[in-house]
Amino acid sequence: MRRIYAVLCSRPESVCNFIEAESISGPDTRFVYKHYATLYFVFLFDSSENELTMLDLIQVFAETLEKCFKNVCELDLVFNYSKMHTILDEIIFGGQVLETNSSEVMKAVEEISKCSLSLSLCARLGFFIYLFFFGGGGEGRGILLVHL
Amino acid sequence: MAGPSLMDSLFQRSLDDLIKGLRLHQPTSESTFISKSLDEIRREIKSTDPQTKSTALQKLNYLHSLHGLDMSWAAFHAIEVISSQNFQQKKVGYLAASLSFHSSTDVILLLTNQLRKDLSSNNVFEVSLALECLSMICTVDLARDLTPEIFTLLGSTKSFIKKKAIATVLRIFEKYPDAVRVCFKRLIENLESNDVGIVSAVMGVFCELALKEPKSYLPLAPEFYRILVDSRNNWVLIKVLKVFSKLAILEPRLAKRVVEPICEHMRRSGAKSLVFECVRTILSSLSEYESALKLAVEKVREFLVDDDPNLKYLGLQALSVVSLKHLWAVLENKDLVIKSLSDDDPNIKLEALQLVMAMVSEDNVHEICKVLISYALKSEPAFCNEILGSILSTCCRNVYEIIIDFDWYVSLLGEISRIPHCQNGEEIEKQLIDIGMRVKDVRSELVRVGRELLIDPALLGNPVIHRILSAAAWVSGEYVELSKNPFELMEALLQPRTILLPPSIRAIYVQSAFKVLIFCLYSYLFPDEAVASSPSLPVDLDPGVTSSISPKEFSESSDVVVTEPLADREMDEGFNPRDISQSLEDVSVGNGGDTVIAHEQTSCSATLKKDYFTQESIVKLLDLVERTLCPLMGTHEVEIQERVGNIRGLTELIKQELPEFLVHKERNVEGVKVKALEIVKLMHDAFLEELGPVSTSAQERVPIPEGLMLMENLGDLEGICGDIQLPIPSQFCFGMPHSGGRESTSLFNQQTDEESETSYECTSLLAEHRKRHGLYYLPSEKLETISNACPPAKDPQQSDDLNDDGQDLVKLTEQSLVPKKKPNRAKPRPVVVKLDEVDGITIAVSKPESKDYLISGAVREVLLGNEVSSAQHKLPDKSSNKRREKDKLDIDQPSDTKENLANVGKSETSTSKKSKHHIPGKERKHKSSRKNADEREDVQKDKTKSGHHNPRHKARQRADDNVDVIAQTPVIPDFLL
Repeated sequence: MRRIYAVLCSRPESVCNFIEAESISGPDTRFVYKHYATLYFVFLFDSSENELTMLDLIQVFAETLEKCFKNVCELDLVFNYSKMHTILDEIIFGGQVLETNSSEVMKAVEEISKCSLSLSLCARLGFFIYLFFFGGGGEGRGILLVHL
Repeated sequence: MAGPSLMDSLFQRSLDDLIKGLRLHQPTSESTFISKSLDEIRREIKSTDPQTKSTALQKLNYLHSLHGLDMSWAAFHAIEVISSQNFQQKKVGYLAASLSFHSSTDVILLLTNQLRKDLSSNNVFEVSLALECLSMICTVDLARDLTPEIFTLLGSTKSFIKKKAIATVLRIFEKYPDAVRVCFKRLIENLESNDVGIVSAVMGVFCELALKEPKSYLPLAPEFYRILVDSRNNWVLIKVLKVFSKLAILEPRLAKRVVEPICEHMRRSGAKSLVFECVRTILSSLSEYESALKLAVEKVREFLVDDDPNLKYLGLQALSVVSLKHLWAVLENKDLVIKSLSDDDPNIKLEALQLVMAMVSEDNVHEICKVLISYALKSEPAFCNEILGSILSTCCRNVYEIIIDFDWYVSLLGEISRIPHCQNGEEIEKQLIDIGMRVKDVRSELVRVGRELLIDPALLGNPVIHRILSAAAWVSGEYVELSKNPFELMEALLQPRTILLPPSIRAIYVQSAFKVLIFCLYSYLFPDEAVASSPSLPVDLDPGVTSSISPKEFSESSDVVVTEPLADREMDEGFNPRDISQSLEDVSVGNGGDTVIAHEQTSCSATLKKDYFTQESIVKLLDLVERTLCPLMGTHEVEIQERVGNIRGLTELIKQELPEFLVHKERNVEGVKVKALEIVKLMHDAFLEELGPVSTSAQERVPIPEGLMLMENLGDLEGICGDIQLPIPSQFCFGMPHSGGRESTSLFNQQTDEESETSYECTSLLAEHRKRHGLYYLPSEKLETISNACPPAKDPQQSDDLNDDGQDLVKLTEQSLVPKKKPNRAKPRPVVVKLDEVDGITIAVSKPESKDYLISGAVREVLLGNEVSSAQHKLPDKSSNKRREKDKLDIDQPSDTKENLANVGKSETSTSKKSKHHIPGKERKHKSSRKNADEREDVQKDKTKSGHHNPRHKARQRADDNVDVIAQTPVIPDFLL
């Protein structure tokens, strides 16, 4: 995780969003990342996914979060950890992409979280990396959330 | 804040409190806070109140995810929370399970019933939770037990559930391949669904499955084709394309059908992702369709000129996919590729570099390397090294296949060595020595390059170059006869700054100095032979002499000389008086003068060469050697100390005997034996023996001679070594049996009793040298037995045996060396080819095995099993079976797919004709638990039939299977035709 973070930080704004990940996470894997303000979204995927659609998927995920939290920032994600999981479960299921329409995701999420979670704020900025493993193989998804 | 003692359900810290607390703490005190919280959680989680328990678990989830805390201990509590009636609590429990459960979690079986209950719940969200959890933690047992529920859900009317069930099926298949028989049909049915989400989910599953084992899915090609043509959803199309890129390779007729729709998508679509997928499919699988390929390359070019670095990167990657088969596609975009070398993005630069290297051929290697070196000089160190590394690896590919002009390449290596930040020292070292051993004609250039590296004192200060310097020193020593100026070389090797070198490399320097010394002495003492003894001396020597003397002949001629020592010496008389008459001043300019002479040498004749080794220069050389090396006697490094000791012994001997020799010489006395002379001669002969490349397996091919008792031999050796006081008694001749066979035989034959002692010493020195370099420069996979088997010629009989073997090996090497070398000197190393073969075989053998071992093998077999088993279902129904056979006959040969399947069936499971209940032996080997699983499955089926589960499903599925086979098999050939 920290290695990924180090790689991400070393990359300037204008370069492409893919990182060859074979050295970090085994053969036939790549990272794609997207950077929104203080958030880095990193997806790890293998050859059964298309690079550009992964980039789009990050966009879908970010849009959904945006809809959920209005102007999403890392604090929202830290404090609404389980809600984020819910969203993610709707998009990615067992290592496969299931839903790519963010409003569909929203609908499901809203119904699931009937009981709302309280929001609280606390001031401390940091970078967060959200890592989603698309497992072609056995591992499936491991969602890791890292506070660096 | 409430103290832990007050902690109960009322005052429990919530997740929010925990997060706030964490954020208030500094990173230093964070860990104590976490461990405190963990203690709380451990206490709370034992609470009987479900809310308290689930909150504790929720906190644990959070700590596990963000701080990597172990939560396996809470597995049982997670199951308790899952069984809660409250949805929110259940959700926390399921999250905990999917985060922390794995196949070895022992309580996982307790979850089976709860999962079954939730999977059949009326609340879609509970079903969804259970499915999510199952897809994450699926084990063999869970998969087997819950297959009926999943099968039911596949028929669900709610797409929200259905697509999740579909996605779960993939995991079930992976764990429990027999589930394929139950669920596969339903899965295929869903391909025809109108709901894009469901089709997308099914395609996702097939994509994953087909990537692992495409062959089994050929029968589904018509369905996939329909989706490819009809669907307008990019996500689905991309998945279909991925499947086709695998299937098209297997079935050419299928490729013919799909190529047009794919091109259509490429032209039509505005979505870059889809276009890229089309391009990749065509480049990787359909590249033989020229028009499609052209279109794809056009699209790639669009990507390459795009401003978006992502597209540029992917475009370059696409090109590298096709570069092997259709290099023109790369060449067409040469300008863009070269331009990308200076891109900001390291990824793009690397891809571009790979493409550039793919373009390298015999004709353009000069220009490309020139361009790359100029890029390397401009780039930052990391990329610079990347460039240099790929130049090196490309050029040495297939034993320097693309290199025609080795002189150029060697000087390029020299140039690369001097590039600052060059981290490729090891590779350059390897190649310099390798080329030296393989390519005879380039040695003079090698020596020149080596000299330039050695004489530059500045290079010694740069540790990354040391390895290259060691190669340069070795080359200069080994091929010293090609050197224009050995004296200068000696000075370079002994310059004061060599103290900066690490001991191991310094030892090589000393050893090389030794060789140079021997060469100089020999040239001086046997001037006429010195001329002849450099068979590969470059242009400045008489070509007639050089070409006519093969090493074999030479060793014979040297034999003659030993029996009639100094016979021809009077012929060279002339130079001695002149030497003596030379003034001291001349000598003092010596060093500077040497260089001048060295330059003159290029055009000088053999006689001049002889004159070059004057008494003064030799004396001076000996002085230099003594002066610089004596202090090293006190070094702590044995490697250096030992070699210095050898040299010193020799120089002292020479110094003692040199006057005597000169006296003899002046008086034209024949037949005088000077000990030192013999040593020099023997040493020189020994060093003259060429070192050739030796395969790592060469040692193993040498049969151990009969009657050779290895251990006994060792004992003998020790005794003998003790007698003659070798510098290091346990030295063995190492390289001789395989590289020095001829030479040593002739040497041993010549040895008289008086000489034997000397020759032992020499041989041991030689042995030491060979051993060092043998070990040092060649792959060290030598067998110990061999090193034991080659003591320095203690037992002539034995060594003869060994030498015979060695000669065999030499012959072997020569045989393969000669024919290849003639047509193209660039490929002189057959041994390597053999090595590669061996490697190739092992790879070829191991690959399919490991592949079979993976899940893919199981899935494939089961899928085949599905076909087979469906056929088996029909077996009782003889008429339909006959009909099927008739179908087969009617369609006759075109049913390639069927053939394919049959072939696969035959090859993969030799007993595939047997029913699914007879698991083939191979399968059994792979998964010992399979048999058990199968038996259990039978039990399960019985259960299912006995009303536990809706029996109609089973019946319907059977019927479906029958329909499937009848309907499906004829369709494929039609489609493919």
